[in-house]
Amino acid sequence: MSRSLFDRLFDVVVYVLITLITIITLYPFLNVLAISFNDSVDTVRGGITIYPREFTLQNYKLIFSYDGLITGFKISVLRTVVGTIAGLISGSMLAFTLARTEFQGRRFISTFLAITMYVSGGLIPGFVLIRNLDLVNTFAVYILPGLVSAFNIFVIRSFIDGIPYSLQESAKLDGANDFTIYYRVILPLCKPALATVALFLAVGQWNSWFDTYLFNGSNSKLTTLQYELMKVLQSTTVNANNVRGDNMNQLMAQISPDSVKMAITIVATVPILVVYPFLQKYFVKGMTLGAVKS
Amino acid sequence: MKAVTRDEPELGLTRKRTKWTTFKNQKVLYMMSVPFVLWVLVFQYLPLWGWTMAFQNYKPGKSFLEQKWVGFEHFAALFQDDRFYLVLRNTLAMSSLGLVAGFVFPVMFALLLNEVRVQVLKRFVQTVSYLPHFVSWVVAAGIVSKMLSTDGGVVNAVLMSLHVIDQPIQFMAKGHMFWGIVTAADVWKETGWNAIIYLAAIAGIGPELYEAARVDGASRLRQMWHITLPGIRPTIIVLLIMSIGHLIGIGFERQFLLGNHMVSDYSEVLDLYSLKYGLEMGRYSFGTAINIFNSVISLMLLFIANGAFKRIANESIM
Repeated sequence: MSRSLFDRLFDVVVYVLITLITIITLYPFLNVLAISFNDSVDTVRGGITIYPREFTLQNYKLIFSYDGLITGFKISVLRTVVGTIAGLISGSMLAFTLARTEFQGRRFISTFLAITMYVSGGLIPGFVLIRNLDLVNTFAVYILPGLVSAFNIFVIRSFIDGIPYSLQESAKLDGANDFTIYYRVILPLCKPALATVALFLAVGQWNSWFDTYLFNGSNSKLTTLQYELMKVLQSTTVNANNVRGDNMNQLMAQISPDSVKMAITIVATVPILVVYPFLQKYFVKGMTLGAVKS
Repeated sequence: MKAVTRDEPELGLTRKRTKWTTFKNQKVLYMMSVPFVLWVLVFQYLPLWGWTMAFQNYKPGKSFLEQKWVGFEHFAALFQDDRFYLVLRNTLAMSSLGLVAGFVFPVMFALLLNEVRVQVLKRFVQTVSYLPHFVSWVVAAGIVSKMLSTDGGVVNAVLMSLHVIDQPIQFMAKGHMFWGIVTAADVWKETGWNAIIYLAAIAGIGPELYEAARVDGASRLRQMWHITLPGIRPTIIVLLIMSIGHLIGIGFERQFLLGNHMVSDYSEVLDLYSLKYGLEMGRYSFGTAINIFNSVISLMLLFIANGAFKRIANESIM
C-alpha cells in the first residue's frame, strides 16, 4: 500500500517536472511568435505573452519590403541547398569506399579523417588559408571549407556496414562497376542515413553566420539571413556608432524595433523547424549510430 | 637452399604485382575517395601547417621562406599578458559549468522522460525538447536576451510576481551572471537533443531486469537508481570523455552573441581572444599562438580523461 502510494507520488513529481520543462522550452518561441504578430507600437507597452494583443501582419510586410533581407533569404536558401547536396555526395562516396573491407586505402583514409575530429588548426590559420585561396567575397566560401565532415561520413558508413555485402557482390557479378554499385545499390538503400546527414548539413548551413561575418560581411550581395539577423539583434547592445551605415539599421531607427526583430527571428527560424519533425524518426537512429562509432 | 634464394625475389615481385592489380581493380574506389582526401588535406591539414605562423612574425603577402622566424616569442608574449589569464579563467569556468550541466541535465531529462507512461505525451515532449537545438545561436541569443530583459522579460516578470525580487534585474549587464546565463542558455538549447542518446541506451535495457526488481518490491525510484542508471553508465562515460576533450575548445559563438562590452571581463574566451587580439588587430602570429595553446590543452585533457577512465571505470574510447 505504502509502496504504491510512493510510486503515485513519484508519478506526480515526474509529470509536474516534465510539464515545467515543456513550458520552459516552448514559451520563448510562442512569446517571440506573438510579439512578431503584434502591432509594434503596442509592443512597447510590454506584457505580451503567448498571443498577440493587437494582431497585425505589418511587421512581416515591412521586413519583406527590405531588399537586404530578401537577398539574405535567397543566399541562405541557396547555400543550404547546395551545401547539403555537396555534403551528401562527398559523405556518401567516402562512406561507400570506407565500408568496403577489401579497399586498400581504407585504413589510411579512416585514420586521416578521424584525426580531423580532434585536431584543427584554429581560427586564424583557417582564416589565412581561406584568404590565400582567394575565397574571400565568394559564395564558394560557404560550401568548400566544410565539404567533408568526418562525423557525417562515419554515420553513413556504419549504416552501409549494416547492408548485406552479398547485394554488392551480386551486382558485381552482373557486371556493375563500383560506381554503379554505389549509385544504383547503396544510395537507394541508404536513405535513412542520408536523411539524417542531410538534416545535420542543412541545419548547419542554414544557421551559420560566422563565416559570413569573417569573409563576406561587407559584401551586401552575399550576406546571409542569420548574419542580417545578428546585425539587427546586436544593434541594441552594441554602440550606435559601431553600426555600419546600412539600410537595415536606418529602418530599425525609424520604427519601434522589437516586433520587427522578432518577425525576422521567426523568418530565420521557421524554415528549419518545418523540416525536422518529418526527419525525426531517422535522426534519432543516426545520432545513436554516429556516437557509438566515433 | 637454392630454390629458396631463387624464389624470394619472384615472391616479392608477385606481391608487388598483386598489390598493383588490386589497385587497378579498385581504381573506381580510388577515384571516388582520393579527391575528397585531397580536399581534407587542403582544408583540414593545411591550417595545421599554418601553425608555423606562431613561430614567425607572419606578414601576409610574403612567401613562407621570406617570413622572419622568432621562435617562442609570441608564446612568451601570450603568457605575459594579464588578459590571457582572465580569458583562460573564463574559458575553463564556462566549459566546466557546461560540461557538468551538459551531461547532468540530459541524463536527468532522459530518466524523467523514460518514466512518462503516456506514449503520446512522451513523443510530444521529446519533439518539443529538440526544438531549440535546431535554431541558430543567433536566434537563441536573441531569445535569451528577450526573456531576460528588464522590459517585459518573462524571467523578471515571474521573479517579481513571486516577490523574489522587487526591482527587475539587468541580467545581460551583470558580469558575474554571465557564466550562469551562458550555461543556462546551453541547457535550454541542447538538453533535449543530448538526451536522445541516453534514451536510446535506456531503451536497450532488458525489460526482465525491471520485472525482477518489481517482484522484489523495488519502488520506481529504486528501479531508476539500480537498473536504469547503471544501464546507461557506459554511454555516460564515453560521452563524458568526449566532452572533456572539447573542454576548452568550447567555441565562442555563445560568448560572442550573448556578450557585450559591459560583461567582457567575464565573457571573453580563448577563441574570442584570438579573434579580437589576433585577427582583428592583424596580429596573426599572436592569434595563432593562442589557437595552438587551445588545441594542445584540449588534446592533453582528452588523453588524461581517457586514461583516468580506463583505470577507474575500465571504459575508454581509444
